[in-house]
Amino acid sequence: MSPSKPKSLTFQELILRLQAFWAARGCVLQQPYDVEVGAGTMAPETFLRVLGPKPYKVAYVQPSRRPADGRYGENPNRLFKHMQLQVILKPPPENVQALYLESLGAIGIDLRQHDIKFEEDNWEAPTLSAWGVGWQVMLDGLEVTQFTYFQQCGGLDLFPISVELTYGLERIAAFLQDVDSIYDIVWARDPVTGHEVKYGDVRLADELQFSVYNFEVADVKKAWKHFELYEAECEELLEQYGALGDQNPRLVSQGKGKTGTDQLESARTKSRFPLLPAYDLCLKCSHLFNILDARGAISVTERVGVIARVRALAVGIAKAWVDQQKSEAAAEKSDEPEPAREKRAVKEKLSPVGS
Amino acid sequence: MPDFLLEIGCEEIPARMIDAAETDLGVRVAKLLLEQGLLPTKAIVPTMSTPRRLTVWANGIFSAQLDVTERLTGPSVTVAYKDGQPTPAAHAFAKKAGVDVSRLETVSTAKGEYLAAKVTRKGRRASEILAETLPKELSSIYWPKSMYWRKPHERFVRPVRWLVAMLDEETIPLEFDGIWAGKTSHGHRMLFDGDVAIPRAGSAYVDALRAAKVLGRGEREQQIRKALDAATRRIPGARWREDRSLLDTVVNLTEFPSVILGDFDPRFLALPEEVLVTVMRDHQKYFAVDDADGKLLAHFLAVLNTDGDREGLIRHGNERVLRARFSDARFFWETDQKRSLLERLELLRHVTFQKDLGNYYEKTRRVQRLCSWLSEIIKQSGMAVRAGVVHKAACLAKTDLTTELVKEFTELQGIVGGLYARVQELDSTLPEATRFAIADAIYDHYKPESTEDGVPRSMEASVLSIGDKADTIAGMFSLGLVPSGSKDPFALRRQANGIVKVIAERKLPLRLGDLMRDARAGYQGSDAEKKFVDEVKFSESVTTFFRERVEFYLKDVRGHAYDVVKAVLAADADDVVDALARAEAVKQVLHMPEFLAIGAACKRMRNILRQAEEKGIASGVTFHALPDSAPEEKNLAGYIDVNGPRVEALRKKKEYGDALMLLATAREPVDAFFDKVMVMVEDEKVRANRLALLRTLLKEFSTIADFSEIVTEGKA
Repeated sequence: MSPSKPKSLTFQELILRLQAFWAARGCVLQQPYDVEVGAGTMAPETFLRVLGPKPYKVAYVQPSRRPADGRYGENPNRLFKHMQLQVILKPPPENVQALYLESLGAIGIDLRQHDIKFEEDNWEAPTLSAWGVGWQVMLDGLEVTQFTYFQQCGGLDLFPISVELTYGLERIAAFLQDVDSIYDIVWARDPVTGHEVKYGDVRLADELQFSVYNFEVADVKKAWKHFELYEAECEELLEQYGALGDQNPRLVSQGKGKTGTDQLESARTKSRFPLLPAYDLCLKCSHLFNILDARGAISVTERVGVIARVRALAVGIAKAWVDQQKSEAAAEKSDEPEPAREKRAVKEKLSPVGS
Repeated sequence: MPDFLLEIGCEEIPARMIDAAETDLGVRVAKLLLEQGLLPTKAIVPTMSTPRRLTVWANGIFSAQLDVTERLTGPSVTVAYKDGQPTPAAHAFAKKAGVDVSRLETVSTAKGEYLAAKVTRKGRRASEILAETLPKELSSIYWPKSMYWRKPHERFVRPVRWLVAMLDEETIPLEFDGIWAGKTSHGHRMLFDGDVAIPRAGSAYVDALRAAKVLGRGEREQQIRKALDAATRRIPGARWREDRSLLDTVVNLTEFPSVILGDFDPRFLALPEEVLVTVMRDHQKYFAVDDADGKLLAHFLAVLNTDGDREGLIRHGNERVLRARFSDARFFWETDQKRSLLERLELLRHVTFQKDLGNYYEKTRRVQRLCSWLSEIIKQSGMAVRAGVVHKAACLAKTDLTTELVKEFTELQGIVGGLYARVQELDSTLPEATRFAIADAIYDHYKPESTEDGVPRSMEASVLSIGDKADTIAGMFSLGLVPSGSKDPFALRRQANGIVKVIAERKLPLRLGDLMRDARAGYQGSDAEKKFVDEVKFSESVTTFFRERVEFYLKDVRGHAYDVVKAVLAADADDVVDALARAEAVKQVLHMPEFLAIGAACKRMRNILRQAEEKGIASGVTFHALPDSAPEEKNLAGYIDVNGPRVEALRKKKEYGDALMLLATAREPVDAFFDKVMVMVEDEKVRANRLALLRTLLKEFSTIADFSEIVTEGKA
């Protein structure tokens, strides 16, 4: 089997097919998030959208940077930056497994000719205080997708929960094209000339250069300084948001003695508060931590502590975000009584989850 | 007598959880049917499981409970009637019993005449009972980790997607986690299209599933074994490597299994077999293939969840994945050689051992010191141990934690260090045999990793194994991180079990208390020490902990009876080898009538002494013959004077069997004493003297085992 079998999908066709598949099933097609993240989960389209009661369906490609995984472009199976196709379905449809399998059909995999298994794999992200249960989906012995039912995110119990499908795009492309090295994957093929551009042509240089930077060159002192600056600003924002809450009792509790206008005003102040930028600052910290870690600059004693610092930011933002969503919902409906169904949803969310 | 069937259709249940859940479901349903009067006698109900379903059925259950007639007793007649007329009390009782007042009866009891009513409770229909009670049982199935997907309080291992619940051809109107039961099941994901209609409960269920390409556990295992055999036969002389836990895993990952034989590039065989097998088994769930001499061949066997691989695509795909995995392993192996283990020692400063206990470099130094000390003790007892080998192995034991290979395959820690130590000429001044001994000690030092796992092959590795684990346990306990219930994140119980096992099987002269004290001393002067609990608290918690571990070893690993173990450990639980020897000796004499009598006597002595103490009654220190001492009393004292030192001498020589045989002769004087002599007499002097005698005697008896712990009921 030659690496450039004409019928196998190129890397970009693979992405297009999967996007088209999920778009046809009602997903918003988002673009990759433009702040460095270690996984598609960290993009706000997942981390924040899975919080709170609002249903949502989204699919996006997310380049995911893991400085310590860099191999200077020398290892055929490992990358500093790999690409995930991330799908979030909130709440998960009952036929979600069937839908997922159908998506494999959409990229030309005839499941009748292959061996597919759902093997237990539970996901946990300590820096996000998030976890879920699920499987790694194995296709002929290759892990092609992480399939996770989120249970907690930012330290909060989720209701409704979301399902997260994370397709490993390079692996799947290498499988489809039957190549042994990621760098041999055909990224694009000119439909007129047949000229092929390989993954290596597109990405090898940044694998090499970022490996050099992350392992050898990154300025440790400055990276620490960046970390501290981002962290400080994020903390300040969270404090300011917290102070808003103190001045204005929760809208959902319908503060007594306050006029409707006061409440509306408070809700407006909250909903324009820049929590999304605060989350960007948190992501910056996370990425800087990864660089410092790859650089071997985080000492034994520091490591756990630094992870806890990033987690504190993420958890703080998650809590604030949920609160912000609530006040927005309340502001929109300030004149009319909340529908009973929403009330119930809120109540259930707050009730402790039995173990 | 309808047949009952229940199938819970679920998204893929983790393989490791299926067997236990299937059993749990069976036990719960059998109990329920019995309690509800739907099964005549206690029975084991058949069950079945696949990754996507748990099923239980019971043929010929009662279609309804029997009607129950009982007599209710009401108020007394004097209260129930006034002037011949029923009072409100009588009316209330009649209402409660559901009969008219005129139909009430009277019964005579010892307390007088009372009202009574005969009430028949109609037995409920099975379908109704099951619909009502089964959901609770389903939600009570134990899962090591569960989830919610619809409502937070509805928890199961993975989302439940369908339910089949039937009595013969009828659906049981059952709801669980938002799913209503029906008669429709589902077949194999890929090999069968559409729903599977279950015509009726009973054998029709299994037949319907088989037609839909879903097999029960037993059938799957058989099919896999056959297919493994058949595939292996294609290579003359080859055998697949039996692996029970891998087989259990793949059985529970498939609904309709088949097997493919794949190849890999024989050049990968240059990598150590341990690495290759770990990649295949743990990461790919492949079976390894050996030649007739047990040497690894360049083939693998993969178990598929489908009926075959006609195009060869599946084989091709699996070979591709394995090639990438092996290439990675080879890449790691080669990269790792760029730095020797010796050079890696410094790197251990950057590897956390535990956040409060510092890094692995510090641990290495502590373990080295502790191991030197242990080697010394062992040597002094006349056993052979090469202290230099232990010392060097301890120095390098953890260095493999910095290697790429161990970062990738953590389960190979120790093993990789051992392999690298063999290939790297770490110290050319040492003879090869010594170098290999060091390498093997590193290789083995995590052993035993489970109750079934063997102890390290050499004395040197055994010392290192104990030293490493003791250091961890001492550190954690000093921080107050004591395992409790299911919480044991550092697997301290397993490590302590390992220590006990190695000491017992290598017959090492190490006392657990001393070991832990020495291990804790290793932390002196470190930062960690500031967070330590005090010595007394440490010693108490670690003593209790190890006592349980020794108890576990004697009972569960060595098979000693519970009471024997308790009796033996009451005398001393610090010296494992000695406790084991005493347990063996006690076991030998336990059946003798003398010891049943002595056990009873010991209980009696203990009670008398305890009561005396509680009442604040003084006891003498030693027995002195008084003018009015009873002859039995003097006789017993004389017996102790003569035999006490003899027992002690035998005990010192650890000839416990002989010591116990000698103790057996105490039965006569002891029985005579208790027959004739009263201990708690009025005369203070006599009483104190007799209490002193009992104390001495009990002490003599209890040096080998506390016989008052021996359970005598049913034996005497």
